[in-house]
Amino acid sequence: MSVFNQPRKRVIQAIILGMVVLIITRLFFLQIVEKKYAKLADANAVLRKVVYPSRGIIYDRKNKAILSNDVLYDLVVTPASAKNIDTAYLCKILNIDKEEFRKRIINAIVRNGRVRQSVFAALLPAEVFGQLQESMYLFQPGFELVPRQIRSYPYAAAANILGYIGEISPERLKDTAYSSYNSGDYLGLAGLERTYESVLMGTRGIQYLVKDNLNRPQGAYENGEFDSAAIAGKNLRLSLDIELQQFGEKLMKGKMGSIVAIDPQTGGILAMVSAPTFDPNLLTGSYRSTNSVLLNRDTTKPTFNRAIQATYPPGSTFKPMIALVGLDEGVITPSFGYPCGGAYYGCSRPIKCEHHDAGHAANLRLALSHSCNSYFSHVYRLSVDAAKFGGIRAGGLQKWSDYMNSFGFGHRIGVDVPSEARGIVPTPAFYDKMYRGSWNSCTSVFLGIGQGELTLTPLQMANAMCIVANRGAYYIPHFVQSIDNDDTHLLDKYKEKHVVAHISDTAYSAVIHGMTDVVESGTGRVAQIEGITIGGKTGTAENYGIVDGKRTKLKNHAAFVAFAPAENARIAVAVIVENSGFGARYAAPIASLMMEKYLKDSISTKRQALMKTVMETVTLDPAMVAKSKLDSLNNSAIIKKNGTK
Amino acid sequence: MNRSQAKLTQGIDWPIVGLYLALVIIGIMSIFAAEYRGDDNVWQNIIHLNKNYSRQMMWFGVSLVLAAIIWLTDSKFFTATSNLLYAGGLLLLLLVLGIGKDVKGSHSWLVIGGFQFQPAELTKLCTNLALAKYLSSQETDFTKLRSRLIAAAIALIPAAIIILQDETGLALVYFSFFLVMFREGLPGILLVIAFSGIVLVLSALLVDKYVLFTIFSVITALVIYFMRREIKRKRSRLLVIIGVYAFCSIFVMFVVPFAFTKVLKDYQVRRIEVMLGKENDPKATYNTRQSMIAIGSGGFWGKGYLKGTQTRFDFVPEQSTDFIFCTVGEDFGFLGSVIFLGLYVALLFRIIFVAERQRSTYSRVYAYGVASIVFFHLAINISMTIGLAPVIGIPLPLVSYGGSSLMTFTMLIFIMLRLDADRQMVLR
Repeated sequence: MSVFNQPRKRVIQAIILGMVVLIITRLFFLQIVEKKYAKLADANAVLRKVVYPSRGIIYDRKNKAILSNDVLYDLVVTPASAKNIDTAYLCKILNIDKEEFRKRIINAIVRNGRVRQSVFAALLPAEVFGQLQESMYLFQPGFELVPRQIRSYPYAAAANILGYIGEISPERLKDTAYSSYNSGDYLGLAGLERTYESVLMGTRGIQYLVKDNLNRPQGAYENGEFDSAAIAGKNLRLSLDIELQQFGEKLMKGKMGSIVAIDPQTGGILAMVSAPTFDPNLLTGSYRSTNSVLLNRDTTKPTFNRAIQATYPPGSTFKPMIALVGLDEGVITPSFGYPCGGAYYGCSRPIKCEHHDAGHAANLRLALSHSCNSYFSHVYRLSVDAAKFGGIRAGGLQKWSDYMNSFGFGHRIGVDVPSEARGIVPTPAFYDKMYRGSWNSCTSVFLGIGQGELTLTPLQMANAMCIVANRGAYYIPHFVQSIDNDDTHLLDKYKEKHVVAHISDTAYSAVIHGMTDVVESGTGRVAQIEGITIGGKTGTAENYGIVDGKRTKLKNHAAFVAFAPAENARIAVAVIVENSGFGARYAAPIASLMMEKYLKDSISTKRQALMKTVMETVTLDPAMVAKSKLDSLNNSAIIKKNGTK
Repeated sequence: MNRSQAKLTQGIDWPIVGLYLALVIIGIMSIFAAEYRGDDNVWQNIIHLNKNYSRQMMWFGVSLVLAAIIWLTDSKFFTATSNLLYAGGLLLLLLVLGIGKDVKGSHSWLVIGGFQFQPAELTKLCTNLALAKYLSSQETDFTKLRSRLIAAAIALIPAAIIILQDETGLALVYFSFFLVMFREGLPGILLVIAFSGIVLVLSALLVDKYVLFTIFSVITALVIYFMRREIKRKRSRLLVIIGVYAFCSIFVMFVVPFAFTKVLKDYQVRRIEVMLGKENDPKATYNTRQSMIAIGSGGFWGKGYLKGTQTRFDFVPEQSTDFIFCTVGEDFGFLGSVIFLGLYVALLFRIIFVAERQRSTYSRVYAYGVASIVFFHLAINISMTIGLAPVIGIPLPLVSYGGSSLMTFTMLIFIMLRLDADRQMVLR
């Protein structure tokens, strides 16, 4: 049998040999006939110059450049060639002593060896660079000036979103994921700069230059046949409105907390404020490491992005979600009422309600606009105790927490800046552990009014408003709307529509009506904007902290969530002002001003006074402010900027 | 004691084991050369597994354990589980589509406890087993079209899933199974057609479609003119000629432009165009150019081990994985490269020799499968480092850094050795 097929074996052997002969012929030409490859590899004949690409720019939704690239210079050293130079003169220009000089050379050898370049002095100030450039010929070829791009931020806003760039750390250099980086390279270390590093960075180019015997470049080798141009990083186009962002940061001045504003129709984030904040220009150039330490140490924690990293009990702003679950499970209808007489007595300890007049919770709409605690405590218990799930412990709470997960709570939603917090949605296992197996719907009744164990990030609260406004769907909130010449799949997940738990349209209508009443006639009247229907919900989250080792009640956090225009929402907002009391007082005006600014482009003259009051209000703890150096730091950034330009 | 030892290694084909060890060790040395910096603490790096070469040593150890396990397994195990393993491989590929991780633009990696693993490598083995199983089954009559189509489907279904994972390079490897099928009786004319097909594709890419269309028309007219007697005798010949003409024209006029705009990824189109010299894209040419400089600068004798300047200073990208041949080319020159290629040719010819001495079709098909896969990897990988083929990321067998790849090739080869040792048995 195999004898029959023998010639085929020969054919296959011939194919293999043919291919190998082809390869060897090619190698013969490459390695023996052609001489220019050998010359290119010879460092003594041809100078290889790395050309750094310019990093991608980030634009806001109106095509304004939020940041730009400036060029500063590094002095780099190749220790093996740094001989016979006027060390004393170089030290004088750099303002260092001989000992320091020696230390830096040794440091360079330890880091990269003798024949590779290491940074000797990073990001030289302008005057030092000027002096050095004049006398550079004295120190070559051991020393060289290499241009580096640093970022500058004309709007001085959105620091925590944009992030910053810095030199790659030695640990990262050892990691294979960063194998394309060399020592001294810059990369995004936080925020969007980090998430989109792969598209922003661009590709380094190489130029081959012929050198003369004094090591001076004499022009392109082989007419630049072997050069490859640097390719600039790709630009990012954000959904962020930088003016809205600046406006939000002004509104939050003197307060602690955050604002998140999202376009419900795309999931694009319009503004994300975390207060107190800092000027992003503080983290550029040679002052980055000093300022970074100061900012991280500051008592007000400005580098902590409260919009995605802080979690709060949502308080009454959570009631629309409670209503949606109740409606969808069929335990209530929009006309369901509850006879609240000022408190909820269903469990052993009464839960107080702000209202006691009869009929303030006669149906869902009224209950929402009056924010009746009794009503929602009752609806929560009805939902989790529902017989069709076999009661709270058999499946009721599990079902309820499934709803919460589909609303985007209890897990990272997936925004495109790093370090998002998860928040907490209690599950049966959670309570089993907490109460050692002995719990029921009364133990967790506070969930009905957004208190207790459940916590959300402001981003999750704003996203929940997108779900209500869109009547049951959302896009993962994100900043980057498009990447120029995109060939990645980075943005795919933000184009996908997420449908939430298939809750009926009538359920949403009932909730939206209740929420428009909140602003029309209920607890959130201060949020009204002329000519625009707003759906909103106030909230006051009780806040406990550990003071002197004891659980103590601290001043409440104010919260407000809203979306507008109610019929066809273009903006959904969540605002948290920490330790400032009742939600309608500060949170609602801030949310309302944000929506007005976005929808109408300016604040009406009637509301200018309100805007001014809000901006000037300080709710920060004076003791904390006294210890903080944030203001003086931010001022120094402004002085530095104005001083150099 | 002595007798049991003799029994343990009885029937092993030592030349293949020797070539296998030589190539893996050359691989580790090359990866070492690509990463070594003058002042590294080598022992510390090996112990801490923080360099590619140290990790490759670990994978080598794991591979030897796998080889030992395979050697101790009964040959019948492989024939019995071929189809099961194939099904499992396909499931794994589909799983990766769902929960895989993106690494360098391809969605083909699974992450298990900190290690990244590429199932597309492993499924080559599964596919080879399944193909051997199918072709050796008593019901299969490989002269029938139906059987040929089923065999082609077995080879190409994994490729289709791998293309969906954006790992086109690895998917191409599955076409190497056609070499096996050729050995098993696929008509030689198909090889000729395949070759003409490649020429057709290349010309479609290089030459303007209207010019090609005119050339085809002229050739067809000439063929009809010169064959007019034969055509008169047998009318069906005319249909064949016109059919071929129509196919080529449609292919050039519509299929290729469609593939370029709709099917292939932008970067792939760019690489092909760069390869053909149609476009001068700096990003796409950079890798090939640096690689050619490194190899070209090796000269006849090479610069000597660890003396290369190009691979040492990170000028060559991916230098321990896809471009590992640069290290050989630069450090050992033309002479070393030819010897290196000679090792592969020896391995391939020895595998073919082993294949031909099998009594069971199963073992023969399997062994030819091993030879085809190794050959395909070798040809594409080396060609791309010297600018003969576009840069498609497939590793050099046994030499490139990568646990999935090394383990897969180890298993491929040692299963073959196991089958060979039992060549007196009839395996189906």
